[in-house]
Formats: sequence, C-alpha cells, structure tokens
Amino acid sequence: MISTASYFWMIPLLPLFAAGLSAVLPRTARRASAALAIGSMGLAFVLSVSAFIGTLAGHGSEHGARSVVNFDWFHLGTGVVRLGVLLDPLAAVMLVMVSFVGLLIFIFSVGYMEHDANGGRFFCFLSLFAAAMLGLTISNSLILLFACWEGMGVASYLLIGFWFHKPAAAAAAKKAFVVTRIGDIGLFLGLLWLYGEAGSLLLFDAGRGCLEPGALALVTTTKVGSSLTAAAGIGLLLFVGAVGKSGQLPLHVWLPDAMEGPTPVSALIHAATMVAAGVFLVARVFPLMAGGDGVTVGSGTSGVLQVIAWVGASTAVFAALIAVGQNDIKRILAYSTVSQLGYMFLGLATGGVAVGMFHLITHAFFKALLFLGSGSVIHGCHEEQDIRRMGGLRRWMPVTFAAYAVGMMALAGVPLVFSGFWSKDEILHSAWLWEPSRWPFVMGVLGAFLTAFYMTRQVAEVFFGEYRGATGRVAHAAADKGHRQKSHHPVQAAHGDGVHESPWVMTGPLILLGVFAVLLGVIGTPAWPWFEAYLGGHEAVFDLGRLSHAAPVMIVSAVVVAAGMGLGWMLYGKRPRTSPESPDVLEPVLGGFHRALARRLYVDELYDVTVVAGHRLLSRLANWMDLLFIGGVVVLVGWVSNAAAYVMRWADELFVNAGFDAGCGTVGWLGRRVSKLQGGRARGYLAGMALGVVALGAWVLWGMNVG
Amino acid sequence: MSLPLLTLLMLVPVAFGAAVLSLPRAAGRGVARLALAGHGAVVLLTLGVLGRFDATSGGLQMVERHVWVPSLGVDYFLGLDGLGLVCVLLAAFVPLMAFGFSGRVAARREGLYHALLLFLQGGLMGTFTALNFFHWFLFWELGLVPAYLLVRLFGGPKAGPASFQFFVYTMVGSVTLLLGFLALHAAGGSFDFIELAEFGKSGRLAKALADKLPWAGVFASGDALAVTVFLGVLLGFAVKVPLWPFHTWLPATYSEAPSPVTMVLTGVMSKMGVYGLLRIAMPIFPDQFRVCQGALVLLALATVVLPTFAAFAQTDLKRVLAYSSVNHLGYCVLGIFILAPGATGPAWLEGAAAPALNGVVLQMLNHGLTSATLFGCVELLEGRLESVRTLGRYGGLRAAVPVLTGLMGISFFASVGLPGLNGFVGEFLIFKGVFASAPWAAAVASIGLLVTGVFLLTAMQKLFHGPLNAGESVVPDLNTRERWMVGVPVALMFVLGIYPDLVLRLINPTLMRLAGSH
Repeated sequence: MISTASYFWMIPLLPLFAAGLSAVLPRTARRASAALAIGSMGLAFVLSVSAFIGTLAGHGSEHGARSVVNFDWFHLGTGVVRLGVLLDPLAAVMLVMVSFVGLLIFIFSVGYMEHDANGGRFFCFLSLFAAAMLGLTISNSLILLFACWEGMGVASYLLIGFWFHKPAAAAAAKKAFVVTRIGDIGLFLGLLWLYGEAGSLLLFDAGRGCLEPGALALVTTTKVGSSLTAAAGIGLLLFVGAVGKSGQLPLHVWLPDAMEGPTPVSALIHAATMVAAGVFLVARVFPLMAGGDGVTVGSGTSGVLQVIAWVGASTAVFAALIAVGQNDIKRILAYSTVSQLGYMFLGLATGGVAVGMFHLITHAFFKALLFLGSGSVIHGCHEEQDIRRMGGLRRWMPVTFAAYAVGMMALAGVPLVFSGFWSKDEILHSAWLWEPSRWPFVMGVLGAFLTAFYMTRQVAEVFFGEYRGATGRVAHAAADKGHRQKSHHPVQAAHGDGVHESPWVMTGPLILLGVFAVLLGVIGTPAWPWFEAYLGGHEAVFDLGRLSHAAPVMIVSAVVVAAGMGLGWMLYGKRPRTSPESPDVLEPVLGGFHRALARRLYVDELYDVTVVAGHRLLSRLANWMDLLFIGGVVVLVGWVSNAAAYVMRWADELFVNAGFDAGCGTVGWLGRRVSKLQGGRARGYLAGMALGVVALGAWVLWGMNVG
Repeated sequence: MSLPLLTLLMLVPVAFGAAVLSLPRAAGRGVARLALAGHGAVVLLTLGVLGRFDATSGGLQMVERHVWVPSLGVDYFLGLDGLGLVCVLLAAFVPLMAFGFSGRVAARREGLYHALLLFLQGGLMGTFTALNFFHWFLFWELGLVPAYLLVRLFGGPKAGPASFQFFVYTMVGSVTLLLGFLALHAAGGSFDFIELAEFGKSGRLAKALADKLPWAGVFASGDALAVTVFLGVLLGFAVKVPLWPFHTWLPATYSEAPSPVTMVLTGVMSKMGVYGLLRIAMPIFPDQFRVCQGALVLLALATVVLPTFAAFAQTDLKRVLAYSSVNHLGYCVLGIFILAPGATGPAWLEGAAAPALNGVVLQMLNHGLTSATLFGCVELLEGRLESVRTLGRYGGLRAAVPVLTGLMGISFFASVGLPGLNGFVGEFLIFKGVFASAPWAAAVASIGLLVTGVFLLTAMQKLFHGPLNAGESVVPDLNTRERWMVGVPVALMFVLGIYPDLVLRLINPTLMRLAGSH
C-alpha cells in the first residue's frame, strides 16, 4: 500500500491536534475552534477515504489488506512494551463512517451552537471525541484501544455535561462515566488476563500478536477450572466492557440520561458513533470470542457468542418496549439506539463480523439522521422536547420532515428501498439459522414490530395532526431548562407560527445523511453481499438466487414491519391527539404496564435501592469504622500515654529535669514551644517517648554485648 | 574529586532554612526570596544528580562512604539508584511547588514557615539517600519534627489534635522500627542496609536473632522472633504509607494541615513508607515476609478498597483527597506485597515482578505529582472562597473559574487513572503484576478503581457543576502566575502519561536488580 493511504495513522492525530489547540485558545475564539475542528475532520475524512481505497486495492493479497505499524512505548523488564496502529477493511470502513458522520455533526453544530457562549469549548470536546473514536478504530494494541475507549468516555462526560449549570446534565454526565466505567473495569481485567496468557496486547505482530494463530491456539486451549477456557473468560470480560459502552442490559441506564447533552450533537455521539465502540470491539476481537475460529462466519456457538446473542436479543426487545412508553423525542431515539445496538450484538453473535458491522454502519447513518432531525425539530420548536406538545410540524419544516421520514423508515426497516431493512434482515436471517436456539430470532422479530410501531407513533405525534405547543408555554419551558441558548426568533402567538425550518447548515447534513440511509442498502443485499466480501477479503459475486434463499425471513420481516407501522398509524396517525394533556391511547389498554413502560420499567429505581443504596451504606460503614478507630482505639492510646506522660513528668521533675533541659537544648526548645500549645501534654509525651526509646535501646544493646 | 552532590542535597536546604530563620523580622520579602533561592538551589543540585545519573546501571551511584562510628558499625553511607532518584525528584520539586502555593498560609510567620519547610526538605533528602540505618533513622525522625510543627502552627482550627495524632502514630511506628533494627544489629552486627539484605537473604537471620538476643527465650522459636522483628520494622513503614488500619491519622492530618504542607506530606512524606518497604523491609526479611504474605495482601487490598468508600462519605474536600491518597498508595503496597518472595524464572520476572515494581515506583512519582497538584488547587480555591472545602456549600464554580476548573479537572482525571494522563501507566503495570500473581486480588482491587471514579466525579460535580450563586460570580479566575503554578504540573501529567519511558528507563534497571535479588 502506498500513497496517502500509508498516512492513516495521522487520521486520529488531526482532530487531537485541533482539540489541543482549541483548548488553549481563548474562550471567545469560537470561530477559530469551529474552523479547526471542521478542517481537521475534513482532512481526516479525505485521508480515511484514501485509506479505504487503499484497502480496496490491497484486496486478495495474503493478509487481506492489512497494514500494521507497531512502535515502542516504554521499556519494561528486559523487553519493550509496544503500541501499534493497523488498517484493515474493518478499520477502514469505520474510519470512513466515523469521519464522515462526524464531519456532518461538526457542520451541523455550527448552526446549533451558534448562540452558546461556550461554543468554542464545544468544538474542542467534539474534536477530542472524534480523535478518540478514530484512534480506537485503528488501534492495533488493546492498550491503545483501551486508552481511546476511556478518552471517549471523558469526551462523552464533557459533552453530556456541557450545560453543566443544569444539575440534571451534571448528574447525567457523572452517571454515564460511572456506569460505563463498570464495564471498563471488566474490559480492563480482560486485558490483563489476555496480556498474561498471550504475552502481548498487540493484535497483529508478525505472528506474535494476541489475535494471531499462535496466541489464539494457546488461549482457546488453556483451561480455567473444568470447562471454561481462558478465551471464554477473557471474551466475557471484554464483552462486559462492550455492554457498558454500548448500553446493553443491564448497563443501559446511562444512555437515555445522556440525552441531557446539547441536543442533536452529543445525542448523535451517543447514537451513531461512540456507542458503536462496544460492537466494534467485539468485531475486532471476534476470533477470540468465537473460540479461535474467527474466519468462518456463522460458526458461532461458542459460549461467549451465546451470551452475546442472548444479551443482544433481550436488549433489543426490552429497550424497544420502553421506547413505546416515552414522550421525549430524544429519549425515544435513545431507547431505540439501545435496542438497535442489541440487534448488532445479535448479528455479531449469530452471523459473524460482517452481519453485525453492516447494521452498525447503516444504523450510524439513519440514526444520525434521526438525531439531527430531532435536533432540528427541537431547535425549531424553541427547545421543546415533548412530542405531546408538537404536532403538524411537516407544514413548517418540510425538509426536516422529509429527511426524518427517510430515517424513520430506514430504522423501522421498510422493505427493499431502505438500508435498515437489508441490514436488519441479515441479522434476522442469521438468527433464524442459529443452532442453539430460535428464541433470539423470535425476540428479534418482536423487536422489529415494536420498532416500526414506536417510530410511526413518534412521526405521527410530531409531524402530523395539529400543532399543540402553546407558545407562551414553550418560551417558559425553554427558560426553565436554563439553556444558555437563547432563541433568536421572536415567539409568536399564533398556532405554530413560532416554529421554523432550520438554516441550511443544519438541513444540508440531514439531506446528505438521508441519501446514504437509502443508498447504503445496496452494498449488503443477499444478492450482492459486497460488504461481507470486503470484510472477509474475497470478491463479491452477484447472484439473484440467494435472494430467494433469504426470501422467507424477508417476508416475515416485511409483514411485521407493515403490521407495526399500520397499528401505529391507526392508533396515533388517524386520530391524532388534540391536547398535550390527553392520555396516550395505549394507557387505557395496557393500564399499569404502560405506566411501567413510561417509568422505564423501574430499572433506575431498582438500581437506586440496590446498588446506589448499597454503595452509600458501605461508604457510611467504612467511614464509621475509621471514626471508631479514632474515637476508640486512638483515644484509649491517648489516655494511656497521658497517664504515662504524667508519671514521666513526675519522674522528670524529680530526677532528670535540669540535665535533660541542658543536654538537649534543641529538644527543650521544641518542648517548650510545643508545651505552650499543647498545655504540657505533648511535652510530657515527647519526653516520655525519648526516655522510653533510650531505655529500650540501651536494654537491647546491653543484651547484645552480654550475648 | 567531584562535588558530594548527595550530601549537598541534604545540607543545602537545612543551611538555607537556618539562614531564613536567622533573618530579622524586618526582612520582609527577603524571607520568601531567600527561601525560594534555597528551593531553587536544591532543584539545581537535583538536576546535577540527574545529569550524573547512569540510567543503564541500575546499581547504587554517587556513593559517599566514610567511617563514622566504627565500634557500632555505623558508616556515613549515601547512594542513589533509580528508586532513590524518583524519591529525590519528588523531594526536590514538590516543596518548590508547595512554596509557590504558600503565600497565604505563610503570612502568619513567614520566617518560621519557610525555615520549617526547608528543614523538612533536608530531612526528606537525607532519608532517601542514606544507606546506613543509624544515619537514615536520624533523618526519618528529623523530618517528622518540622512536619509536625508545620501542621501544628499553621494548620486549621483542629490542627492540635490532628497533629498530635499524627505524631503519636508515627512515633509508635518509629519506636518499633528502631527496636527492630537494634535487634537486627545485635544479630547481624551491622546497620548497613546492603549488608543486612545479604544477611536476610542468606536465611540465617532467625537463628542469629535467637542466638544473639538474651531475651529470645520469650518467643516460641527463632522464627517467631524474626517475624516479630519484621512486623516491628514493618509497622514503622505501614504507619507512614499508611497501610490500613494504621491510616486514621491521615485524613485528619491532611485536612487540618495547610494545603501547601499537605502537598509535601502526601507528595513526598508518604513515599518514605513505600521507599522503606522496597529498600529495607522486603530485601532484609524475605523469609519473614513469606510467613505474613497472605495477611499483608489482605491489608493492602483493604487499603485499596475501603478508603474509596470512606472517601465517598466525606463532606470535606481535603478529606476526600486524603482518602484518595490512601487508596493510591494502597496500589503501591499491593504491588509490593503481591510478589511471591523467592520466586524466580523469566516468566515471573517479566510477567509479574517487572511490571509490578516498575508500576509501584512510577505510581509513587505520579501520585506525588497529581496529589500535590490537587491540594495546590484546593489552596487556590480556599484563597478565593473560605469555606469552599465543605462540599455542597458552593456549586457551579466552573462558570466563575473555568481555567482553574479545567486544570483541576485534568488532575482529577489523572487521579482516576485516565489513560493519556500520568496515573494510568503505573496503575496498569501494578495491576498487570497483581493479576499475574493472583487474579482474584486484581479483581478485588479493581473495585478501588471504580469507586475512585465515583467519589472524585461526585466531588467535582458538587464543586463545579450546577447553578452558580450570584455572589460567587465575582470570584476571580487564576492569574498568570497561578496558571503557571498549576499548568506546568498538569502539562507534566500529559507528558508522563504519553511518554512514561522518560521515567521507566531510569527505574527499570534498578527494579530488575531488586526483583532479581528478591
């Protein structure tokens, strides 16, 4: 590989440089920060594309199209710890996706954060995030990957808590960091274990890397206990990290709260790119997860893959259910993200790397589209986020509506035209063929139904019917939220008049993303599975016959999507709600269950009374134990030493007073100095100590001489 | 003959301290200037030491040795290896940093304050370079006195009881340490650390103790006696580090001491304990350590985990940071205790000992840097808002002091162990060594990693986030001088996090030697 592709290691450094530079720029230099961020990201995108083209050219060679650059980091023992970067199809496809979607977010943010006094910092944090994500993508070392992983955690913390003066945002930022850190600890322990077993954390290192046959053979045959292999243990620990980062059960609770960040932008990071890091990690170390056999797609019945499949399928349904009961436009999308990430894991576990990754890529585009669309909606509605207070927006926001509709149909999986259909269908297809159980398939189908349903509900509530936002109230709500962002449009009293379409810097990225949300499906149809072939390093063959093979599942999925959308439209579209206060149509039907859905199935409450309360209790206990030590043992020692000091002082006065003071001038000075402050207690104590030490020392020395 | 740099390292701060003390009260700004000159001179000497240091050797260098008290086997014996170098670096730079933050605190009695700080520095330098017990112990104790007085005279309202407690604890530890060494001297006939280590390695210690001490009969066996001597020596270090449950003096002392003094206490003095374990206790008592290893590992784990929970329950920012310090040094102790004594073989050396020991020493440096910076930030905050330490009293300060928030935030994350900042590499290496020796211990210790994140972010949230009161919006952000004072250490956190080889290549040869003779 030659030409610009060999500069792929610069891709993460560009935004890192931008972040570092804008961190030291004055806070008022928002334009410079934005320009730096967008410029570096644009350049990163160009380099990513050239790297991608490079991997296309390298196709068919011995190692696929993998190029690796390792370098020394530090000396340890007799050896050297090394880090490295690599470029292979998996990395290249992520690079292009992240840099392209990232670039669009950056551009969108120029419009969205236009009125934020702290906007310069925002671009600094965005660049830091992008650097970490891009770095993670090309890491050839699990240490470097972990470093980027944590760097993203911090960037995410900073972005969620960007409006730090809002207590909810500050709390959500902390929650995100802490909950994902639980997963990170698992990942960390997994790394240590793998390091110990394989002797290296480089993925590829001319045969010595931990993903290369030698190390794989070792970890998959080393037994821990009777049945667990080291590979399984390591794989599960690494997966715990992925569960945290990608918001899977039971660590999904941070992701919906993360929506406290600036609307489309931070939300997008928590939808399209960063949360995909967990999926990417599993894809990256897939040979390990699959128990050594990473080449054959679909051979996944290793214990780790089974766990992943079940977690993914459960999360897909669970989160989709909760999404049905939410009213916040961003929270619906957040739960949808959790659910879709579950699909990706299901795809990885049942169908291999290409199946999961294909959904990751298509989802990134249409979820980015939806989030930016929701940002445009929120921006247009003066910071209103409750879909019950929207309605009829398609009249005032036609571009946003059209783009949003495309995203919604892609997410719901409307057949043939939209990319989401093809990528989700691949997953369902592999789940159908999965040997251990059919239940994940059933759960996937149920999730698909729910997805079509809640997205139809959302679109119907937001864009159809009559506008229900009382403008005075809107302004009030915006003020309540305390956003620094002041609406630059005067709030007008008439119905929906205050609502406006967003400027082109915001709608432009929407249109671009919409185009990709449709087109991307082409590269992953069963008839021409180019994506899979590309990742696998072989040529894609066009064969319409495979379509008929996949047809049964495609038909099931199409029927389910139609049913979900139809039901959604019947309930929410045909008879749109008339006032924000009127109850949801499902409330009378589902009763208490709907309330439970609205309360997110009480998971947060459950954690509050168990984990959080337990942590608080342990803290009190630990503190109390220390106080007891001080209050009990130390006070006791204090009494005893006081008593001793009293005796010593008495002895002092009688026998050694004069000699002591004269002989130890300094100590005496010290003693007097201290005695003024301590009321004699410390002086007596010091004197006692000194005497005691001398006496005991003499005793030992005397004993020595005798001996 | 070249300059006796190590002697100068110890003498120069003491001399400057005496000079500062002898200045008349009317000297005004001259006092601080002279003190600064003293700290500057120490830094220059340290740079000289660094220049002369041969990183590849791993052995003792710049040795100065003169007969002192021949009848007792006491030599004046100084020397430096990678371990000592890291400690000397801390002892040189942290007091200089502390000096920068001292303006408000020292104002009460400038001459005395600066003199005590310099005396303390001299004591620390002596402790880290002396290789003969007699001489070493003198400095170990002498360091305690100025530290005690700094806390007592310049500390907060409850400084009296706190400093008293500090003194009692450390003194008790020192007494048992002294007794242990007297027993060792009786048995081995030497106060020389190197000779004693050879003696300990030979396995003759228990028998010699039983033979030479007239009162050995009190103990069931020579082994029991030897273990008792070991525990006595260990207690001296355990209090200083501190090891749970001998840590309760620390939160009180760190919080009542003026923050610049706390910087030196946590940045340098706490390293005396870890240094002592590595240099003295472990090499001299391998057999006795083997007997106690299980219990000591449990104590180290308690030191890692329990303080993080206790930290969460604190309402005083300085107590939070104090407990965080206990936790961070807990990793050091764990990294030392986890290594099986007497183990050999390249797999053990490369997989467990090299990472753990390198991690421990790197962590010493990193913790010194990070915790000193954090306490420095507290001083800056306190100079602006008097009761700022009470968490929950103020909030949203990020809006008023964004630069301070940013720099302190980075230090917080360094303390959490974020990759890219200094804390990560040391902790990663320690965990690597611990995992290779006992995976369950690494798993338990990882609770500490998690909870550290929880309480530090909670503290940050309470201080900096949320709405800002109107009255606090007039609080000024850092001025140029203060930006340098915090900015330079923060920049160093990045440098050490990204390029840890800067330190590791200085210490790795020493630690490989230490591991080889373990």
